[in-house]
Amino acid sequence: MKHAPSFSMAALLATTIAASPLWAGSHATHPATGEALADDQTFTYRQLDEFSSVDPQVVEDVSGAEVVRDLFEGLMNQDADGNLVPGVATGFEANDANDVYTFTLRQGAKWSNGDPITAHDFVYGWQRAVDPALASPYSWYMELMSIRNAKEIIAGDKPITDLAIEAIDDHTLRVHLTGSLPYFATMTTHGTTFPVHRATIEAHGAEWTKPGNIVSNGAYVLSEHIPNERSVRVRNEMYWNNDATIIDKTVALVINDENTALTRYMAGELDRTEVPAGQFPRLKQEHPDEAISFPRLCNYYYTFNLSDNGPEEFKDVNVRQALALAVDRRIITENILAGGQPQAFTFTPAATAGFEVPDVAIASMTQAERDAKARELLAAAGYGPGNPLKFSMIYNTAENHKKIAVAMSQMWKQKLGVEVELGNLEWKIFLETRENQDFELARGAWCGDYNEASTFLDLITTPSGYNDGKYSNARVDELILAARTSTDTQPLYTEVEQILAEEMPVIPIYHNAGVYMIDEDVGGWPVDNVEQNWYSRDLYKLAK
Amino acid sequence: MALAKNKRAEGMAETLVEQTEIRGRSLWRDARVRFFRNKAAVGAMILLGCVVLFTIFGPLAAQWSREEIDWNRMGDIRGMGAPSIETGHFFGLDDLGRDLYSRTIQATQTSLLVGLIGAAVALIIGALYGAIAGFVGGWIDNSMMRTVDILLAVPSTLVIILLLVIFGRSFFMLFIGIGVVGWLSMSRIVRGQTLSLKNREFVEAARAAGVGEFTIITRHVLPNLLGVVIVYASLLVPEMILTESFISFLGLGVQEPNTSLGALISEGAGTIAYGTMWQLMFPLAFFLMTIVTLFFIGDGLRDALDPKDR
Amino acid sequence: MLGYIIRRLLVAIPTLLILIVICFLLMHSAPGGPFTSERPLPPQVLANIEAKYGLDQPFWKQMWDYVWGIVTRFDFGPSFAYKDRNVNDIIAQGFPVTLTYGLWSFVVASTIGISLGIAAAIRHNTWLDFFAVGLSFTAQALPNFVLAPILVIIFTLWLGLLPGGGWYGGQWQYLIMPVIALSTSYMASIARITRSSMLEVLNTNYIRTARAKGLPTRTVIWRHALKPTLMPVISYLGPVFVYVITGSVFVDLYFSTGGLGQSYVNSALSRDYAVLLGVTILYGALTIVFNLITDLAYAWLDPKIRY
Repeated sequence: MKHAPSFSMAALLATTIAASPLWAGSHATHPATGEALADDQTFTYRQLDEFSSVDPQVVEDVSGAEVVRDLFEGLMNQDADGNLVPGVATGFEANDANDVYTFTLRQGAKWSNGDPITAHDFVYGWQRAVDPALASPYSWYMELMSIRNAKEIIAGDKPITDLAIEAIDDHTLRVHLTGSLPYFATMTTHGTTFPVHRATIEAHGAEWTKPGNIVSNGAYVLSEHIPNERSVRVRNEMYWNNDATIIDKTVALVINDENTALTRYMAGELDRTEVPAGQFPRLKQEHPDEAISFPRLCNYYYTFNLSDNGPEEFKDVNVRQALALAVDRRIITENILAGGQPQAFTFTPAATAGFEVPDVAIASMTQAERDAKARELLAAAGYGPGNPLKFSMIYNTAENHKKIAVAMSQMWKQKLGVEVELGNLEWKIFLETRENQDFELARGAWCGDYNEASTFLDLITTPSGYNDGKYSNARVDELILAARTSTDTQPLYTEVEQILAEEMPVIPIYHNAGVYMIDEDVGGWPVDNVEQNWYSRDLYKLAK
Repeated sequence: MALAKNKRAEGMAETLVEQTEIRGRSLWRDARVRFFRNKAAVGAMILLGCVVLFTIFGPLAAQWSREEIDWNRMGDIRGMGAPSIETGHFFGLDDLGRDLYSRTIQATQTSLLVGLIGAAVALIIGALYGAIAGFVGGWIDNSMMRTVDILLAVPSTLVIILLLVIFGRSFFMLFIGIGVVGWLSMSRIVRGQTLSLKNREFVEAARAAGVGEFTIITRHVLPNLLGVVIVYASLLVPEMILTESFISFLGLGVQEPNTSLGALISEGAGTIAYGTMWQLMFPLAFFLMTIVTLFFIGDGLRDALDPKDR
Repeated sequence: MLGYIIRRLLVAIPTLLILIVICFLLMHSAPGGPFTSERPLPPQVLANIEAKYGLDQPFWKQMWDYVWGIVTRFDFGPSFAYKDRNVNDIIAQGFPVTLTYGLWSFVVASTIGISLGIAAAIRHNTWLDFFAVGLSFTAQALPNFVLAPILVIIFTLWLGLLPGGGWYGGQWQYLIMPVIALSTSYMASIARITRSSMLEVLNTNYIRTARAKGLPTRTVIWRHALKPTLMPVISYLGPVFVYVITGSVFVDLYFSTGGLGQSYVNSALSRDYAVLLGVTILYGALTIVFNLITDLAYAWLDPKIRY
């Protein structure tokens, strides 16, 4: 792309070699919006960390999932708003009980080496996902999808061929579930369910994901991968919808330090990077077209240890209420993070689909009222100047966590005379300490696995493995259980949130936002996809 | 190696290296006199004294404590957080809106303590260990140095994590953590110097006179090592101060709201592009002052203690 | 002398074995395992993963398998965090990177450092001395995690001369900033050790005698003063060489060089056992080799030292 090809030249090239970086030259304008497109369709973004893998059944991190979504394609995809759209499957049918799903696969879909994609590739991929020998860290996801026999296969009690997925013919795939699951199809947008190319895996073994070996079925193929430096994915000419793909090449640069990443963005080396905490207002002012912020499906909270190991003080609901009330969330969201994050008074973010934030008393009070109430409650609990409340709170080592923890401890100290001991812990120690209930107050955060309130509210149910505070309320458990099969979940979730607001087992602090710098010439970034499942093939670069 | 070829040089060295330990004069008193004649060293001493005094009496002038957040200004650090007499934030605000003046003072206290004690611990262990290994030689030297080889290669991150887990978080453990990291290279340097010292005439003379091995090490070998040791120790102090911030990163050591120069510098370095240079400059200035003063003091000490310099 | 070298290299084998045992012990007693995550894995899934990597085996068995794998297949095991690669891949990719910028840094730091130190000592208490000392202060007050972002801001953002990071096979424009960032503080230390050692040597009787005899300064410095001056410098350079060529986590972090320094620290933090062990063994072997070289250098510099 050293020069812009003349039109006839481009047409000539297109007929002789369909696969050419000059391809972009023929896209003068965007088919839907009519905007003029740049000749160089390369999208470069900052990746926080080296990804764990690009093997769909092995990958377990967010960075890796982004790459996998570009390289592979599952039965269904998400569009820019997070809605379900066809992928390799053109559609599906569910039986009345919602426990048998039949997917119809696209005719003519091909792997990057030209092999046709068949239902057998899915069967192979899904069997791989539950294979104890591969030991996928996401094998539990197949269990979560309620596929029949998944649990037994993972436990090693049945062979992988017993997984209830069958290729009726090359283009028809049927799955049997253990029970009714109305949203089963939405779960097939997840990387673990993507197909893989059996012959490649059998030929190369563990080496199959290396550039050169890898055969994939998404819009891109992996052309270069230098760990901890960068990875490059280029257009897959065999992709069924290749004609609609505009970005030719996506480059992920691994830059750990967010400040350095921002410097490099400013130097024009990146098209997208995250905005460090506190910098958004300035950047928005200086670069109004580049700084963006939009809600995401994540929350941020502190959890009280309510288990037997936990401190006696926190067993008193007045204490918990007082502490939750005295946290001035506006200071945290506007002065510390300053990236447009909404304040949180409920556990579930407002961005969650089909969830309306219920009215909780704390949300409608002014901060002065909250502080007054907090003082009152703490006094009622028997703490005062002569007998100050003392406890420790832990967070894992990171700049933002530190700032928030320090600010909270100062708020409590100044308003309530509470003495807080702060402890930062290295990540793995932090996790182990929290999982073993070896703490008093601990930081927590959760991003939704899927776009529905139960992905959050499950966390505070008694049986949840992620309930680190060991909060337990029979009514909450009952309501969440009822919500699984209910068609009208809102009243149930409202009641759960109201119980939480009364008992305050966790202190919700804020709900997360995606805060990015995105170059003005990048089009199509899905800001309305709260799960941020983005695909390079939906993006485009505008002519400057 | 053809050592014999160097006969000539050796012969020359023998005639030239005439080490005489003059008895009867106190090494230390002499040293003191010489030290105070060294203007640079005395100046550095005074400056360091000022820094120490500042960390002691500076808080009296502070209008904000090290942990208090200036709620009204924290939202616009770049605009309102600059150093100013008016706001009472003489060194400006840190990124969270806390008074950098108080924080720098407290950080300097911590870091001076960590740097000096840490370096002293590393120096004492490393120097003794290295001197013994180098002087005794043979299989003892070999096994002592192979131990150092192993310890140099053991990942210190893990050791520090384990210290944290086993002993919990405390200021005392920080010194242990730092000492663990620091003494190894010191011991190698000292051993190397000892090797070349132990064949010198004055050591042989002492041995011939029936002086015990340990006395030879402490009375004759170690004083001759001081030059190198002190210079290396003055290099070690800044290293220790920076190492502390990594150790605290892992959770052992200084915890919020307390801080250290290493922590302030790395926080300041993160925000240099955002128009808040004072967040880096003040801690860095104190760090630089520590390095400079320790260098000149070290230099002066070396000259003063040099037994050859009579 | 040859016998000595062989003996030392033979001792290296048990030394490395002890190192492996110590590391194994440390790793397994550190809290949190490689698969401890924010979302704790269901027990059955965890059991499968542990079985796959042999982590369900008794401690001694794991250690034996590990050593056996190295001895028979030169296989340093899998990475738990980066599942597309094994430890051999990670070292093969990362070590050449750190070796390249590390060697350059070492060359830069030691040549500039030693020359500066000698020059400062010879011209003691002149402007050259003050300049050298001042430079070394500045260099030391700017640790690489401060220097690195400053370099990126100056050379990438303001001047637009150099790319802000990446490696691209080690082309020169990607090499400059890492080398500056890594070599600066070592250069400062080397300069100061050299300067002080040289000053001390110049003060000794035999140098005074040599000077008194009327030998030209140049001859005195090169023929008589240089070797003893380098003695402590060499003992400092030995470990520094190993530190430098195994890379710096900060250089890798700030310049996305993909070197081993980052893998090393990350593997400790993520409890990526095999990677940590593999890099530690490499690190240990290098330490042993370069400490041996340092010891040989002593004997060369000071003929009285015999082994």
